[in-house]
Amino acid sequence: MTARRLFDFPGMGWRNPFAELDRMQREMDRLFGGKFFRAGLPELQAGVFPAVNVTEEKDHYYIRAELPGMAAEDLDIQAAGNSVSISGERKISGEGDNVRYHRREREAGRFSRVINLPEGANLEDVKAGLKNGVLTLTIGKSEASKPRQISIN
Amino acid sequence: MSESKELQVREKQALDSPAEQTRPGLVFKPLVDIFETDKEIVVLADMPGVSPESLDVDLREDILTLTAEASSGRGEGEQDILSEFATGKFYRQFTLSEVIDQSKIEAKLDNGVLRLVLPKVEKAAPRKIQINS
Repeated sequence: MTARRLFDFPGMGWRNPFAELDRMQREMDRLFGGKFFRAGLPELQAGVFPAVNVTEEKDHYYIRAELPGMAAEDLDIQAAGNSVSISGERKISGEGDNVRYHRREREAGRFSRVINLPEGANLEDVKAGLKNGVLTLTIGKSEASKPRQISIN
Repeated sequence: MSESKELQVREKQALDSPAEQTRPGLVFKPLVDIFETDKEIVVLADMPGVSPESLDVDLREDILTLTAEASSGRGEGEQDILSEFATGKFYRQFTLSEVIDQSKIEAKLDNGVLRLVLPKVEKAAPRKIQINS
């Protein structure tokens, strides 16, 4: 998937042409309970921590990221121009000297990610919530970009 | 642990169903740290999106099973624009080599991280066994 890296979404056009394919693939996976269509393709797109899901509904955009074990004060969220940045540091405190590890899979470290938003996002109206290790940013849409019902006379 | 490194994205590990599922959905393997001291075994598991009510910890015959249902947090009518991770269940099993004092197990879920403390059974003091003739 070179193309995906070259045109690093979402800077180039908001509607990711691959998103629909990805969604279909996941749907197939779900239906067939296996790896359908997947020839060693990474599911991840930007390759930058944290992985995010972006969704929209009528009035808002939502950005969600899984950040288990992070407290609100370890996160720095900034909105500037047309993008939102999420950065911070995940810390895993030491457990003392007298412990013997059997598994050590969780990782600590710094991260920083910028997510571009489409024209219609109102960055004056960003809310952030952290619940059960999932960060949710709620971004309002500007009036002009909200869908309007057109009545027929 | 003093210097901090840049975190890399790791794809969540999807499991082929641990057992036959009655409800469809993806199953992931949570990342864990497991360490042991003289007195206890501690399991730390990353389970984002899991609330205490949806987490189930089971220990029977030395097999520890973690099962949880993560909520995606999605509301109705939301459409995907970019989707880099999926949510579903978490499932993982471990075999413990030590005898655990079941009555003193402590589990805490904080910001999507489970901390499970499994105290070892204290070694029984040697005692003299009377032989009856």
